Amino acid sequence: MHADAFDRYHHGHSPLHSLDPRVKVIVTIAFILSNALLPDGAWIAFLLAWLFIIFATGVSGLGAGFTFKRSFIAFPFALAAITVLFSIPGNPVTSFHFLMWDLTITDAGLLRFVSIVIRSWLSVQMAILLVAVTEFPKVIHALTHLRVPAIITVIISFLYRYLFVLTDEVMRMLRARQSRSAAAEGVRSGGSVAWRAQTAGHMAGQLFLRSYERSDRIYNAMLSRGYKGELMTIHPHHFHRSDLVTGGLSILALVLMQIAGRS
Amino acid sequence: MHFSPTQLHIPDGFLNLIVSLICWAITVTILSMAISRTNKSLGERQVPLMGVMAAFIFAAQMINFPVAGGTSGHLLGGALAAIVLGPWAAMLVMTAVIAVQALLFQDGGLLVMGANILNMGLLTAAIGYGLYRGAFGRSRTVKLAVAGVAAWLSVMGGALATALQLWLSGTSNLQTVVIAMSGVHAVIGLGEALITVAALTFIFQTRPDLLDEKSASVQGGRGWIFAGVVISLVVFYFHHSPRPTRTGWSVLQQTLASSTPDKPRPSNSSLITRFPSWEEPRFPPFLLEALECWSCWDLLTWQDVPCRRSHKNRNHRS
Repeated sequence: MHADAFDRYHHGHSPLHSLDPRVKVIVTIAFILSNALLPDGAWIAFLLAWLFIIFATGVSGLGAGFTFKRSFIAFPFALAAITVLFSIPGNPVTSFHFLMWDLTITDAGLLRFVSIVIRSWLSVQMAILLVAVTEFPKVIHALTHLRVPAIITVIISFLYRYLFVLTDEVMRMLRARQSRSAAAEGVRSGGSVAWRAQTAGHMAGQLFLRSYERSDRIYNAMLSRGYKGELMTIHPHHFHRSDLVTGGLSILALVLMQIAGRS
Repeated sequence: MHFSPTQLHIPDGFLNLIVSLICWAITVTILSMAISRTNKSLGERQVPLMGVMAAFIFAAQMINFPVAGGTSGHLLGGALAAIVLGPWAAMLVMTAVIAVQALLFQDGGLLVMGANILNMGLLTAAIGYGLYRGAFGRSRTVKLAVAGVAAWLSVMGGALATALQLWLSGTSNLQTVVIAMSGVHAVIGLGEALITVAALTFIFQTRPDLLDEKSASVQGGRGWIFAGVVISLVVFYFHHSPRPTRTGWSVLQQTLASSTPDKPRPSNSSLITRFPSWEEPRFPPFLLEALECWSCWDLLTWQDVPCRRSHKNRNHRS
């Protein structure tokens, strides 16, 4: 597997790509925060937020529909919210008979459900855009500047670095398990569920030992290359005036959204 | 690729701001304790170890085994990490895993990441380690049995915390979400328990030194037993006798889910009359089934494609 198999970064030369990563992280979080603050049924503000995303995606040069394609990732979770359709008191919109229940969707319930789903849908798109226009190490670097404790960002950097290495390891193990599993026609195969779980558990244990021993080798290799307990970067962040202007304008747009949502 | 390890990852938008911020506050407090403890006890050697361990948890969540009907069991890893790395280190490792899942794969939201870390990282590690710590000095069999129970409870604890947060935010109906979450995760937790026990058996057989009670990596005082038992009892309390002081809880929920309209309950037209109070868990089974489908959907996306294909191929070939 290639090192970039897990990467979400799309290379480009747009203004959004060259924007300071700190500004991008802050604006993304502010955008999600702003969505959470919007009251239920603030349709104009939701529309403005969506236009904000479309505009940002357009500027990024990834194509206006880029975030839209992956934006439905959080939709299965909407099932957790489906009970509000029936449980919030309000005027009945529609009633139907389902199996043995008479269910009534109320207007208040519908309003809340749709608002929850829209908020989630908008927030996910912004997060998708952030990692599409920012290299992940730069996101981590920005988090360091934003006072996330060094030990957490260092662990995240290692996780990102060795993710695909250990995934390869898992793939090899799964392949080995497959090639050692045989079945004959008409014979029930595969063992009991407990036996399968035991095999999976042994694989996890094996993976743990391999990772543990690998981390020793990694540490020795790093030490021999001058590791002193912290990670260095050869790409320090430079804050330009344009970064400040873009960040300020974005925050202003978010404030306008809040005003539109509350009026 | 497989990117959705559990259905506990709450996306942005499903918790309201106050609940998200409260969860962040709890998470940050516990994490700052974890950081100060690990800074004291760990050398620079341990930092690469924790990083690679985080990648291990991420990768180990891909190991699965087919159960039935196209679903598969797999690992969440909080309890296992706590048992092999010690509670504080495990919390940092799980935090990194959840942060990368949210930042890179949008599996779980950013504003609600505090809640996700709390449910899947901190609670699982505290329950997993706390109960396991109680078995120190006992035989290996007892330790493994306790580890299994701890792994199961850690999943239940995470699921119930998720359910409560959804309810406090006014996103879900209480009984439905508690019963559905604990019902689904009682089964998922069994997979977690089986894998954790088997993994520990394997490590006991090959590298028992890593699980040595005096080993530097497995540090944690007796206070953890207390914490683990208390949290487990809370989990049991919610799972088996959902009868908290109703007025107190309702007031809390009304305050937190302030955007929920507080109108008088309508006549019997609404389903709410079918859920009179949460002492009577009479919830429509179809909602439970729907929630199960939702969790199975997640498990299905997790289903190792080559593994499933192999079953079919085998039949074709033979």
